[in-house]
Amino acid sequence: MLSRIAESLFWIGRYVERADGTARILDVNLERLNQLPAAEQREVSRQLLGIMGSRPEAGKQEEFGLTELLNRLAYDRSSPTSISGSLGAARENARRARETVSSALWECLNTTWYGLSQHRKDVVGTYRFCHWVLERTAMVKGLADTTMSHDESWQFMLLGRSLERADMTARMLQTPDVFSAGLSWVNMLRCAGAYESFLRTRRAAFGDEHAAEFLLLDRLFPRSIVYALSDAEQALERLDPSYQRVGFINDARRIVGQARTFLEFHQTSNLVAELPEHMERVQRACAQASDAITRKYFAQAVDLSWVGEVS
Amino acid sequence: MSDLFQDYAEAAARSAAYDEMFGPGQIPRAEYAHVAAALGAQTLADVTGRADSMARTFLDRGVTFDFAGEERPFPLDIVPRVISSADWSVLERGVAQRVRALEAFLADVYGKMNVVSDGVIPRRLVTSSTHFHREVSGFDPAGGVRVHVSGIDVVRDDAGTFRVLEDNVRVPSGVSYVLENRRAMAKGLPEAFAQSSVRPVEEYPRRLLSALRKTAPPSVADPTVVVLTPGVFNSAYFEHTLLAGLMGVELVEGRDLICRGNRVYMRTTAGEQRVDVIYKRIDDDFLDPLQFRSDSVLGCPGIVNAARAGNVTIANAVGNGVADDKLVYTYVPDMIRYYLAEEPIVPNVDTFRLEEPAAREEVLDRLDELVVKPVGGSGGKGLVIGPDASKEELEELRAKVLEDPRGWIAQPVLQLSTVPTMAGGRFGPRHVDLRPFAINDGDDVWVLPGGLTRVALKEGSLIVNSSQGGGSKDTWVLGGEPSPASAASAAPGAVRERTSVWPIASNWQDSQDQ
Repeated sequence: MLSRIAESLFWIGRYVERADGTARILDVNLERLNQLPAAEQREVSRQLLGIMGSRPEAGKQEEFGLTELLNRLAYDRSSPTSISGSLGAARENARRARETVSSALWECLNTTWYGLSQHRKDVVGTYRFCHWVLERTAMVKGLADTTMSHDESWQFMLLGRSLERADMTARMLQTPDVFSAGLSWVNMLRCAGAYESFLRTRRAAFGDEHAAEFLLLDRLFPRSIVYALSDAEQALERLDPSYQRVGFINDARRIVGQARTFLEFHQTSNLVAELPEHMERVQRACAQASDAITRKYFAQAVDLSWVGEVS
Repeated sequence: MSDLFQDYAEAAARSAAYDEMFGPGQIPRAEYAHVAAALGAQTLADVTGRADSMARTFLDRGVTFDFAGEERPFPLDIVPRVISSADWSVLERGVAQRVRALEAFLADVYGKMNVVSDGVIPRRLVTSSTHFHREVSGFDPAGGVRVHVSGIDVVRDDAGTFRVLEDNVRVPSGVSYVLENRRAMAKGLPEAFAQSSVRPVEEYPRRLLSALRKTAPPSVADPTVVVLTPGVFNSAYFEHTLLAGLMGVELVEGRDLICRGNRVYMRTTAGEQRVDVIYKRIDDDFLDPLQFRSDSVLGCPGIVNAARAGNVTIANAVGNGVADDKLVYTYVPDMIRYYLAEEPIVPNVDTFRLEEPAAREEVLDRLDELVVKPVGGSGGKGLVIGPDASKEELEELRAKVLEDPRGWIAQPVLQLSTVPTMAGGRFGPRHVDLRPFAINDGDDVWVLPGGLTRVALKEGSLIVNSSQGGGSKDTWVLGGEPSPASAASAAPGAVRERTSVWPIASNWQDSQDQ
């Protein structure tokens, strides 16, 4: 398949998952944020924005508050970190790869994009918006899985989705730190949609430590970091099944594999204390893997050049 | 007839145009009988509701064209344009005849130029055409076809006669709307479909792919076909994606291609892959910076040399523009007689050649009653309709014509035929044209039954182009009486023959009951 199309598919996967993750994080944190006194609310809003990877515009540090946070994370179409921006970018990528994605998938992304503007931008509207985004992204993923051949093109989409998912779960795990009173771990698990799953698995063993462990290390829960990373690893393997006796030529596979195995084989008695470091590592690994994939599959070093008549 | 058509007769009487749906006395023509019955059973609320849901589907499916950087849906009207099978068989033969003549003309013009030495057309006519490209003269394209896809625009004059308005043999667009309109109409007006036998259009992509594969360079066993698009900002980008998708081939941009050793490759995740046939949807001028505009970043350098070496088929061939030059158009009937020794089946619109002094004088006297068009334009650009133009516009036009008589032609204002069209809560007559699409695979010219009917949505307007507020209609070609053979094979209750390959002795459902 064309490198350009592969890149579009990879980014459709990433952007849709980003919209999904951001909506989850916003939904749960908004509940808590809304109850804080004004001064603290501003402070926490800024930190939350920092966790999502951006910062207030220069000179507007002071007046950055809840409304601005909602705008930056949900409605700002020009920013690739907001929900609207991600879904817009996903739709634009689908438009560029429209003959490759199934028409059902394209239509779903297109109608989602048209639906973005039909929401009230206050706190109540944002709850509904987040819920709607979760539904739409679930639909996108379902359609991608059931209407596209699981060939190379789908693997690229899956790869983007898995990397972004690992990254998003890492950000979810960071958010409790920003609340002085502490965001309860119940909400944290709800955020990832993992609450019931966690309860059934762990039964009596309930607490911060276990919840963090579940989202970080569980081998069977699809939104846990270890699970998402091993998904990404499998996709990379299917894209390039070459086998070597020693090492990996494929940088992305090495990076993702290293991150996953470190987590899986790491032993600790105080996971919560180590959490910030783990999260930073996971996010860095995702970014590096994405770069490596771009270099290997998408880069077009020579743009439009003429190669002589005879070679 | 419901009150939806209440004021129609009155509005139709205001213009002299031929109405496609109603004959004299507001009686529906035979081919429209089922449509009239289906519409007659609706109320205004039904019709507007259906029209809204059709528009919504188009937006959701992204059936749009790009205009000034924004995506706009191409409005589809709920009343189809219906062509009887008798009318169609004439049109079909006429279009195919024209395509064969143009094909022969192009082969001749880029070859020995017999048509000039035999005195059918003046040499100056060819050499002064802006789309005559010397870069591609003197070789036959691989596969031997130049006009793979064509769109011959026809209109119906006030006497009900079909006439050819212009030929499009460079990159005719609009076929995607034919396919999408039919899908939408099948849901929008199912009652009318159930009654009439409308000839299907969905085989177009298959026909196109098989023609493209058939005209691949002869040495290739399993040719790789691609669609070359200028990119997502082109007004017809939707069409490029749709065709590539329906043919199951890659949609490439210039930057995805690379030429090496007179062969064309595309950059894929698995390295470079050889390309054999390029369905080109960009203008010749931008195709190859080595030959044409050197500032183009849309094309791929070296592609024309690859075609010259016979290693790649470009469809439609480079340099076709000389055949749809509007001054060359006036000679097409002569070409048909010269190359095919046949009489033209569908006539031209009477046209003044402004190069001839007598014609020019007459036209300049009557500028306010004629349509004047630039010869190289398409999409209605630069066209001036005399009766609608202001004095200043006419003076400006007069100066332009005198300065460059070769660059313009003049035609009488044709009253294009009308079809009822939904506007402002009722049906009114609106002018339409028709672009049938033809595919030439080298042996045979196939004409898609129907084509794109464009409609001017403003009352009395004669400009149907989408960029100037035009919409479209689904175009139905009615089948003739079904032949007895096909009726038998499709008879209800006919059971498909079954072959058993599973080793099952008795029916498992029976044994379960026991």
